[in-house]
Amino acid sequence: MQASEIHEIVGAQFGDAILEFKGDAVDPFIVLTAQRILDVALFLRGDERLQFGSLMCLSGADYNDGTLGVVYHVDSMSLGHKIVLKVRVPKDNPHVPSVESVWKTANWHEREAYDLIGVVFDGHPDLRRILLPDDWEGHPLRKDYKVPEFYNGMKVPY
Amino acid sequence: MVINMGPQHPSTHGVLRLALTLNGEIVEDVVPHIGYLHRCFEKHCEAMTNYQQVVPYTDRMDYLTSMNNNFPWVLAIEKLLKIEVPERVAYIRVIMAELNRIASHLVAIGTYGNDIGATTPFLFCFRDREKILDLFEKTCGARLLYNYMRVGGLSHDLHKGFAEEARQFIKEFRPTIKELNGLLSYNKIFIERTARVGILPADVAINWGVTGPILRASGVKWDLRKNDTYSLYDRFQFDIPVGTDDVGVIGDCWNRYMLRMREMEESLKIIAQALDTLPEGDVKAAIPKRIRPDPGEVYVRTESPKGELGFYVISDGSATPFRVKARAPSFCNLGALPEFSRGVMVADLIANLGSIDIVLGEVDR
Amino acid sequence: MGLLDKQFEHSNIIITSVDSLLNWARLSSLWPMSFGLACCAIEMMATAASHYDLDRFGMFMRPSPRQSDLMLVAGTVTLKMATRVKRLYDQMPEPRYVISMGSCSNCGGPYWEHGYHVLKGVDRVIPVDVYIPGCPPRPEALLEGIMKLQEKIRNESLAQRPQPKLVGELV
Repeated sequence: MQASEIHEIVGAQFGDAILEFKGDAVDPFIVLTAQRILDVALFLRGDERLQFGSLMCLSGADYNDGTLGVVYHVDSMSLGHKIVLKVRVPKDNPHVPSVESVWKTANWHEREAYDLIGVVFDGHPDLRRILLPDDWEGHPLRKDYKVPEFYNGMKVPY
Repeated sequence: MVINMGPQHPSTHGVLRLALTLNGEIVEDVVPHIGYLHRCFEKHCEAMTNYQQVVPYTDRMDYLTSMNNNFPWVLAIEKLLKIEVPERVAYIRVIMAELNRIASHLVAIGTYGNDIGATTPFLFCFRDREKILDLFEKTCGARLLYNYMRVGGLSHDLHKGFAEEARQFIKEFRPTIKELNGLLSYNKIFIERTARVGILPADVAINWGVTGPILRASGVKWDLRKNDTYSLYDRFQFDIPVGTDDVGVIGDCWNRYMLRMREMEESLKIIAQALDTLPEGDVKAAIPKRIRPDPGEVYVRTESPKGELGFYVISDGSATPFRVKARAPSFCNLGALPEFSRGVMVADLIANLGSIDIVLGEVDR
Repeated sequence: MGLLDKQFEHSNIIITSVDSLLNWARLSSLWPMSFGLACCAIEMMATAASHYDLDRFGMFMRPSPRQSDLMLVAGTVTLKMATRVKRLYDQMPEPRYVISMGSCSNCGGPYWEHGYHVLKGVDRVIPVDVYIPGCPPRPEALLEGIMKLQEKIRNESLAQRPQPKLVGELV
């Protein structure tokens, strides 16, 4: 199924949640409002024509303009099509509903996005740091991150 | 009782910490703690001055299969730049990726035997792996981390005599697989330890994002080389082995292990076919002098020996990547470990962990 | 080997100093703790395998720090791991030696500039005897590093065991 058809089916159900659709990009994507991502995800997995049963990748990003974003790459093993979903949230209030209940892959991916970018996923069963130590301060993949001088007595920079 | 299977442990395949909640010998819950090898790969990508400079860092993610790590990265940047590589480059990339698949599976099988308690297969597997590493060393100079693929080409052409040596290796390796099968695969003790242990149902696997040999062992015939084909894999004839229930059950540790043995045989077929049809050409002809992709994003995934390895690259039009996310197969596979390890004994947990074949460099990036 | 090859012509008695005997015993059976962290661990495993054998040096990987006398730090030490490295080093009984294998544990390696979570050299937390450069070092380089350590042990004396100095801060 082509990206434009997927966009039509999703648009018919959630027209108000879609902010943008770019069908001519290298990977076509749909931008959604952050608060509706869980409903859209449930629909994508459950609908007979779409059957998006697996989440390939979930990435957080800092767009360096005061917003953070989360990008979802989903695909369907049974029907063989893929689509990209994006959401954006302001940096000072980065809350996105968690899609862990839809695709369990998101469990660890969302923890990583929280750890490195600082996006808070509401509804995640266990949102804590995964890659960095629990007492680390800051979110390193943000563009304005400053490397600390010392961590627990060890000098961090070279 | 909560016991720590700490970051330093002979059977955790690297620096992984498992917090086990035990009731006697039965594992009630296992919580993996990772991050002990977090080397800031994604931050490095944003700091590099050139897209080619990221290639050595991708090598070090899954350090057992450096060629397979370079592959999706160069494919992603070539897709952003919309350039085509010469045919010879594509053929050599496939040959190297498949040779590295065999090398990686040999380590997986050797260390898995070690976990179960058989120390001899480890030595056998490393002996054969040395032959593959010799081939790589003669071509590009390195034994483990090759820095071989470039965006648009390769760093070195194949050395003179590569084709004969590779064919010789294929000829010598087929009897070795039979030897390993006789030594380990159909060994009664090995079957007792691994068959019917750690059964992962297919729907749980798909939902948890498990890919690669583990997914195929659970009965799902999904291989990116055929289902979402890239490079030249559609030109070669090879099968996709799937889990069977002749010894054990579909989705158990034995199937995950045996699938790797069978995949090595399929890789030999691909290498033989590629060597027969290898065209001439210049491997550095299409390497661009300046890499400045248009602003945009791309996600490219390939079938690495551990599963689906993908790179999501956001480019803002400059020579430095804006954001790179590496979707590592071992990260997703390890997340599913608690799902099929509850209620088993500690020794079975070790068998489960070995059968999912994680590499911590990839899990932590 | 040096001590044995000329001594057995007339009788089976060797006369030597206690120092030489103890040093010879220590260097001929250094038991490393298998402490592979990252890519260098694979080269360490390849060195221990049959092509470049480590068993002929008397080295035999021990999983527990309490039973080993050599710590081969092979791979990148991250800040999260550094406290554990220190703890494992403290658990080793004396005499204990440390070989830092590979660029990452020597000085941070390829991650020295932008690695916010990488410890720039394991010698910031434990004292190191021999540094082996390489990324990853070839098995031959690892064997040469071990032989250099053996030379260092050969020249030790019970009277004064030199303590390697720590570079940088200790956790």
